[in-house]
Amino acid sequence: MGRSYQSWGNYPKARNQRVIPVHWRDAPPDLQAIDGSVLAYGYGRSYGDSCLNENGTLLDITPLNRYIAFDAERGLIRCESGVLFADLLQFIVPRGWFLPTTPGTKYVSVGGAIANDVHGKNHHVAGTFGGHVTRFELLRSDGSRLICSPTENAELFRATIGGLGLTGLILWAEFKLRRIPGPYIAQEKIRFGNIDEFFAISEDSDKEYEYTVAWVDCVSGGDKLGRGIFIRGNNAWLARLPDKSAAPRTLLTMPFDLPPFALNLLTVRAFNEVYYRAPLGKVQHKIVPYDPFFYPLDVIDDWNRLYGKAGFLQYQFVVPRAHDRSAIKEILRQISASGVVSFLAVLKVFGDVESPGMLSFPRPGVTLALDFPYRGAPTLRLLDRLDQIVRECGGALYPAKDARMSPQMFEASFPNWRAFSQYVDPKFSSSFWRRVTGQAQSGK
Amino acid sequence: MRVMIISATSAIAHEVSRCFAADRAALFLVARNAERLAAAADDLRVLGAAKVETYVADLADLSTHAALIEAARQALGGIDAVLIAHGVLGDQKTAQQSVSATLELFHINAISYISLITLLANHFEAQRQGCLAVIGSVAGERGRGSNYIYGAAKGAVAIFMSGVRNRLAKVGVSVLTVKLGLVNTPMTAHMKKNALFAEPAQVGKRIYAAMLRGEDILYVPSFWMWIMLVIRNIPERIFKRLNL
Repeated sequence: MGRSYQSWGNYPKARNQRVIPVHWRDAPPDLQAIDGSVLAYGYGRSYGDSCLNENGTLLDITPLNRYIAFDAERGLIRCESGVLFADLLQFIVPRGWFLPTTPGTKYVSVGGAIANDVHGKNHHVAGTFGGHVTRFELLRSDGSRLICSPTENAELFRATIGGLGLTGLILWAEFKLRRIPGPYIAQEKIRFGNIDEFFAISEDSDKEYEYTVAWVDCVSGGDKLGRGIFIRGNNAWLARLPDKSAAPRTLLTMPFDLPPFALNLLTVRAFNEVYYRAPLGKVQHKIVPYDPFFYPLDVIDDWNRLYGKAGFLQYQFVVPRAHDRSAIKEILRQISASGVVSFLAVLKVFGDVESPGMLSFPRPGVTLALDFPYRGAPTLRLLDRLDQIVRECGGALYPAKDARMSPQMFEASFPNWRAFSQYVDPKFSSSFWRRVTGQAQSGK
Repeated sequence: MRVMIISATSAIAHEVSRCFAADRAALFLVARNAERLAAAADDLRVLGAAKVETYVADLADLSTHAALIEAARQALGGIDAVLIAHGVLGDQKTAQQSVSATLELFHINAISYISLITLLANHFEAQRQGCLAVIGSVAGERGRGSNYIYGAAKGAVAIFMSGVRNRLAKVGVSVLTVKLGLVNTPMTAHMKKNALFAEPAQVGKRIYAAMLRGEDILYVPSFWMWIMLVIRNIPERIFKRLNL
């Protein structure tokens, strides 16, 4: 199939991008010979414009998908940066290993996981993906190839983790896997009636459960405000899955863009009511394969098309502990009052493990991720209001999800970005980077 | 299983090798670029290949062929299956202006295949078992103005293979001609991609399965079988006027 080279949210749409595939790490393209700026592009799962390079060149790293070495005793793997998490899982899970941490989709590249310093349901114990990276090789536009690790080129190592692909092209990386007893998760789902209940359950669960996350109903207001389902789990000590269920599969493909009226207040409210009521009783125990536990949305290929041609915006922020309750409540109130519908809302308490990247998003506090169908000005106005709340309590927005934050909001989220920018390769740029740093189009 | 992959650094051949590696096969990889060969070999070792040997050769040099097959036989202790996958698409417009450029393309895409297939057919005939697979192209089914030098070479190989199949069927050796449609590989990097393009990983899995099953002719993706049925049956009087 032809690839689209847009982002997962389908907003904004980048025009005039040239694509150069990178097939071999022994002979990467001569970056100096390319007109304008360049940016690595993997599977396009960043939501906004951090993976786009309008009027520039994208270096498609997906052919760079070979393994280099695997230490089955220590769980140390070295592979090229285009290796897909989904493929890696098929290889490591039967051998008793798992990703150190994983985002909510397995269709991301190793390079993308580093560049966005991704986090997952085990953040409170494992920190971010970058914290498990032992080293990688970075190609700079001057042709130099640098091995970066916590001890070698350490500053560039810290700049590249979470560095949004701006410090150069990651050719390969080495990272530590996590031992698992098998491919099953012992999962519990618990209904909570409001945000205070969420915090209570979360505090209890984070001590005893490796994986915790919550789904929040963003449509219901009043006394139902902030109700949801808490999902927690641990790796289950069970033997291998029977073969037929071990292979992850796609159940459905979204074959076309839905028309704009399909996701509205009524349909989402109906879905939320059903989803909220689904766990029978208050706590539901179940042993589930890792795939539906970590990647519930991956069963629908191209689920982003649910949002139609206009696309959608993700909004993910983190607020520090001191203000978490009030900020989350205020934001939920604003959304509920606005009548703008968020289909998916995911809440998670971040732990204290320090993120290694200069521009890493996760920090101690609470994070909430929301989806909004793009409906023009009203959607953008609501998000501007939410920005204000996040900013006032010293929070931050997640660049991998962002398509619209202002330079001021970026500065507030990442006050050290100027220190980071000295490590940006002069040839590398992205639509996101030009937007949040207020630069004009780079290159010619 | 002991498998020799000729042009092991090509994207499709590598995907076939990955399937064999996951199956714990012993592999003998042949390609021109030593560094890329090493990268491909590392990948296959990690994936589980029982053994991976590499051999650097320029396949255009026919005098290397007997030696490389012998080296594979030595290294693996025999050869059960072979995949030949090299090829150069070339630029039709430039090549058609020059006899030497045309013959050079024909040499790498047809003559070098005929040389390898001849040697391997004798190996398999003596062994009375095994699988000889060759990557061909739907371009080899009918000459088109835009691509007939490459097409003629692939066509020659297809007819040669059909004769070898007929000969070796008597001793139970399977001979597979893969007819590839458009695949998203370095060879087609310059083309504008559309829905007809397949990904190397899917294509590799199909070829692997066809080799194990002992199939004769494999169209990948399979819808090309129907496209080519139509293309083959357009009368020449009409076909010659088309811009293909």
